[in-house]
Amino acid sequence: MTPQTTTTPDQGEVARICDAFQSDPHRMLDILRDVQDRFRWISRETIRTVAEKTALSEIAVEGVASFYAFLSQEPKGAVTIRLCDDIVDRFAGLPEVTEAFENELGIKIGETSADGAYSLEYTPCIGMCDQAPAAMINDIVLTALTPDKVREICEDLKGGKRPQDLVSHRFDDLTPYERAIRMVDNNIRHAGAVLLGTTPADAGLKKALDLTPHQIIDSIEASGLRGCGGAGFTSGRKWRFAAETPAERRVIICNADEGEPGTFKDRVLLTERPHLLIEGMTIAARAVGATEGIVYLRGEYVYLRELLQDVLDDRRARGLLGERIMGMAGFDFDVRLQLGAGAYICGEEGALISSCEGLPGEPKTRPPFPVTRGYLDLPTVVNNVETFCHAARIIDRGAEWFFEMGKKGSHGTKLFSVSGDCLNPGIYELPYGLSIRKLLELAGGEDAAAVLVGGPSGTMIARDTFHRELTFDDLATGGAIVIFSSNRNILEIVEYYMSFFVHESCGYCTPCRVGNVFLQKAVAKFRQGLANPADIEYLKDLSSTIIETSRCGLGMTSPNPILSTLENFPLIYSAMVKPSENRIRATFDIQSAIADARHLAKRRSHIFDKDFGE
Amino acid sequence: MSDFTFTIDGTEITAKEGQTIMDAADDAGIYVPRLCDHEGLRHQGGCRVCTVKADGRSVSACTQPAAPGLTVENETPHINKLRRDLVEMLFHEGNHLCPICEASGNCELQAMAYRLDMTAPTKFPYLEPCRPVDASHPDIALDTNRCISCGRCIRASQDVDGKGVFGYVGRGIHRHVAANGEDLSHTDAEVTDFAISSEVCPVGCIIRKRIGFATPIGEREFDKGLIGHKISAKRDD
Repeated sequence: MTPQTTTTPDQGEVARICDAFQSDPHRMLDILRDVQDRFRWISRETIRTVAEKTALSEIAVEGVASFYAFLSQEPKGAVTIRLCDDIVDRFAGLPEVTEAFENELGIKIGETSADGAYSLEYTPCIGMCDQAPAAMINDIVLTALTPDKVREICEDLKGGKRPQDLVSHRFDDLTPYERAIRMVDNNIRHAGAVLLGTTPADAGLKKALDLTPHQIIDSIEASGLRGCGGAGFTSGRKWRFAAETPAERRVIICNADEGEPGTFKDRVLLTERPHLLIEGMTIAARAVGATEGIVYLRGEYVYLRELLQDVLDDRRARGLLGERIMGMAGFDFDVRLQLGAGAYICGEEGALISSCEGLPGEPKTRPPFPVTRGYLDLPTVVNNVETFCHAARIIDRGAEWFFEMGKKGSHGTKLFSVSGDCLNPGIYELPYGLSIRKLLELAGGEDAAAVLVGGPSGTMIARDTFHRELTFDDLATGGAIVIFSSNRNILEIVEYYMSFFVHESCGYCTPCRVGNVFLQKAVAKFRQGLANPADIEYLKDLSSTIIETSRCGLGMTSPNPILSTLENFPLIYSAMVKPSENRIRATFDIQSAIADARHLAKRRSHIFDKDFGE
Repeated sequence: MSDFTFTIDGTEITAKEGQTIMDAADDAGIYVPRLCDHEGLRHQGGCRVCTVKADGRSVSACTQPAAPGLTVENETPHINKLRRDLVEMLFHEGNHLCPICEASGNCELQAMAYRLDMTAPTKFPYLEPCRPVDASHPDIALDTNRCISCGRCIRASQDVDGKGVFGYVGRGIHRHVAANGEDLSHTDAEVTDFAISSEVCPVGCIIRKRIGFATPIGEREFDKGLIGHKISAKRDD
């Protein structure tokens, strides 16, 4: 779709975009994404049109439009540049890259140029930590940016090149796969036996046809496969619950919304093993009796949309999707692609389902669980990309083969996304049970002072515990491993991650919406040297309330950056506190407190302005 | 499944199939503190003030189904501390200046603070929102700086009035209640709507114009008893 710079969206065309989705309110996110792409914003008038077409209230449409970071109610530039603002990018030179963009485009972060040509903004982790700093330019991803590269990019853009021309001058002639790997390196550092080694095409699916649904589920359960997105629920049980719920229709959803800062493993699977993923979903469909599938692709991975669309089309053409899969009567299953629009919370399965339904990405009340009442109230299996890929391989090679790899309770291999201060950032497929020390050796990160396992919602560990193992029972992780050298300021890292959670909280429940803001402010106090000894207890106390009362996994884990560093790096906190003097809080600044009063009274203070009256 | 029993703070109560812990507790005359929940409206589970421990796990009583043999802890020092934290968070998120608020005495947030012994200055910072007040409607005003995002008006308007005057917009700390369309005057809201009535908005966010202070301070709802006293009274009968 060609973006235009006009600021008054043609409502006839908005209506046509609605028509393209049959004005189905459940496709609201697709409708608004297309409107945003076409007109660069969602105006009040547009909201009215979309509401009319979809028979929803304006406020319902506005609720969606205002929830997702990639949708905007202000006009955005025809070229919107989103710089990845992850802490890894910051350490890799983001400040210089930002400055270069600001200078070249003549706008600051958060601004749109007066002619409507460019917008410049920050966005949280876009899944490119192994090649930071990175940016999205409309739907194009550019990585390993430097100020020099930025100057070239801006020159090219101003010279009339399209964002895709920045990737290759013959972009239009490239296949979707070629485009993807030109934009983003895979950085596969270690290929394991299950996913990144040789994977014979559809071997698992062929075998699944000879098995009963029951046998497939038994096999997945016997393999010990657990969800690879982070929560680690036993996959076979999930499938069984969905299969056993009486229903006319069942749904298989792939969670390709990896948003945990530092995670990028699914990006590589989606690029290199998309057929294996769809194969795994198809096997799951046969196992639970599902006819509909959705791949929920995070908005940041829009550059993979064409690639995945092609894979789906190809599989339909070859009888691997659609009716009578591989000629088997009654085996019908098809998959649609659902793009997200910038919301970490949609990685939570309930929020992901809400998003697929065209709603704001808010988690759903549990129970009921998705396996009994999920997408459109139908029994729904939601699994991570890696989980489905594993499932396809397990059906091909047998449960025992998979079960024997790894450790008790953590079977098979796992993809680890390794980034930060190491020589070889990238993807490592390794059996469960490896120690952090061993992984650091492989990655060339032996100088690490701290390792964040599982992203900010996981655990930050220090050198004295690098013997700990990557298993569900010790260091459970969805796969993000971020390495920090001793040059890094841990409190800066913690403050960044808390601001991330504040940005990404959906706002539904009080503790997560409000409590995380307080945590972020408290960490900022520590960094400024304004904390007193009681503030350490305050951090712990507030964290435990948030964890215990939050409605979903986001709030139940968001205090982890603070709690795990308090536990493993206690000195960085105690070194920053000082008892307050004269019973005055160190954070209290009398000058800023009376600034408003001074302004209103139009005079200065007798007491606090020493030069008053001189 | 027919009726079954479970315990709340050691008291055995009877529940019907499909009831949540809160539904069953209400019927039994046991008050579980709540702000976003209101009789007759769908359960939301957003404020988390109704957090209880069910077999040792923290859950919101308004959404968690009651189950046979469940052991629920409601009024324990630990849980009341969590609730006080949540109520303090709500106080600090908005601008809740009781002495100048028309809702004082009828305000559930204020009443909950009293019930939970929130009697001293708290440890949290004030966020001091500064959203414009929507006074466009001839009979109704909306001051979302005093909103606690309970969403009772949203559900009341949608499900009881059949209108959809209100909804949430934004995300995270910026999420707030807003009127459908440009402002309240562009909606079909009427002062006689259930959503606008005094019992739906627990705080001073939805204001009915020209009737302020008709009931003097001292004769208001929570001047008569602690919040929840009506539910507890059922048990005393």
